[in-house]
Amino acid sequence: MPESAVEEVREHLEATYRAESGRILATLIRLLGDFELAEDAVHDAFAAALERWPQDGVPTNPRAWLVSTGRFKAIDALRRRARFDASQEAIAEQLEIGAGHDAVGADEGVEDDRLRLIFTCCHPALAPEACAALTLREVCGLTTEEIASAFLTTAPTLAQRIVRAKAKIRDARIPYQVPSPEELPNRLEAVLQVIYLVFNEGYSASSGPSLTRADLSKEAIRLGRLVLELLPEPEVMGLLALMLLQESRRAARTSAAGELILLENQDRSLWNREHIAEGVALVERALLSRRFGPYTLQAAIAAVHSEASDAAATDWPQIVALYGLLARSEPSPVVELNRAVAVAMRDGPEAGLALMDALFARGELTDYRLAHSARADLCRRLGRNTEARSSYERALALTRQEPERRFLEKRLRELG
Amino acid sequence: MKYICLGYIEPNKLEALSESERNAMVDECFTYDDELRRNGHFAGGEALQGPQTATTLRWKNGKVSITDGPYAETKEQIGGILVLEARDLNEAIQLMSKHPGVKAGPFEIRPAADLSEMIRESETRRAVAQTKSE
Repeated sequence: MPESAVEEVREHLEATYRAESGRILATLIRLLGDFELAEDAVHDAFAAALERWPQDGVPTNPRAWLVSTGRFKAIDALRRRARFDASQEAIAEQLEIGAGHDAVGADEGVEDDRLRLIFTCCHPALAPEACAALTLREVCGLTTEEIASAFLTTAPTLAQRIVRAKAKIRDARIPYQVPSPEELPNRLEAVLQVIYLVFNEGYSASSGPSLTRADLSKEAIRLGRLVLELLPEPEVMGLLALMLLQESRRAARTSAAGELILLENQDRSLWNREHIAEGVALVERALLSRRFGPYTLQAAIAAVHSEASDAAATDWPQIVALYGLLARSEPSPVVELNRAVAVAMRDGPEAGLALMDALFARGELTDYRLAHSARADLCRRLGRNTEARSSYERALALTRQEPERRFLEKRLRELG
Repeated sequence: MKYICLGYIEPNKLEALSESERNAMVDECFTYDDELRRNGHFAGGEALQGPQTATTLRWKNGKVSITDGPYAETKEQIGGILVLEARDLNEAIQLMSKHPGVKAGPFEIRPAADLSEMIRESETRRAVAQTKSE
């Protein structure tokens, strides 16, 4: 083969890796029943392709070729191990029998395999942080180092988290399957929770000097799109919409100096219109289904903000109503707090403050930093500077984010 | 595969129930246990008497010490164990989610450990020791 043709095959292989390695891994985990073995098999299959394709040409169905090569490589690996551990031989034999009778089937049900992988990585029997790490590693194909740095932890700590999760999948026998319709609502909730955790980790780091770690948010949106493609449920639309609408404000929510800018003060011309259009369309679709839940309601609230030219022009009555619905579907003091803020915008700060103080009296928001800064803000607007000062100070004592700290310090200085 | 389900109860909560409420709950639980038995999922189980009846043996200074308790001052206490036969964790979760006992307190589900390999190795070691001593 001439040099240029070899180069072309290489490019083809690289493109196949980018587009297909996730699907191939998902299928091999099903066929081999083991995460580690499947990961090695994917690696071996691509290594074999790099050697063979330039000579033999690109196969008609590259994915099927890679899956079946990976599978045989794994069987070989088990055979080699069998020299030291006899129990491996039985597994290899079983896999070989399987490989014989459905070699053609390797390419079937591929989309189901990806969904299986997502549901297994986001199993509620695994800790949410472990799910997030495992999903980014196995579904998104990020390296352990990349995930560790995104979660502000060390690679060995993160690797151990992944190893433990895989061990639990094996030992407690978490099956590699898409849940039955009966289990689906509960299980989908766990998947969405993991995706949103990844998004939030990227959108608002809970500690550290930088407020946004854009890559994680992009991965979360990618995952949201993937799940929606595989499982077009209203709440998946709702979550994807919510992420897109929040992401649309990324450029506006921090100043050039890295200072935090609140929604009401953001330069709305910086909002990403494409994200907003896509998000709003998704919210509308989800709402029409009438089977929506808390993600769709939160997205609907974000959509109302997106459609207003400034804070004053926002449809606050609608936002208050949506928070009311959200509080009913998912009762939480944080939702009530947000409703109080919206009431303050609709009826004036006094009305909002009354609701907020009732919440504080219930003792549920004592350690929530955003509740104290929201209260401080209403007091400031009412000219009750002493109260505003003590609430800002309380918020400052609770925050661990650098930009937030600077923002609160600035507000305190302004109070004089 | 066997899963051991540790059923926790909150004694205060149980005491707060009226007699008819308590009877209704117990009847529901036993009915469901029977259903598990019929479908081959019930591989055994026992209810436990209260922690005030517990005795602890502990190896201490070269001999067994016997003590009363422990009285864990926790809200939730293990009330019983159920050995469940299930295909995988998802089936175990599904079966135990329907158990009315889950309303009285949480279930902790743990896969049983397969010791057969360990037992085989131990038997080999003991056989070797036996031949050597003969």
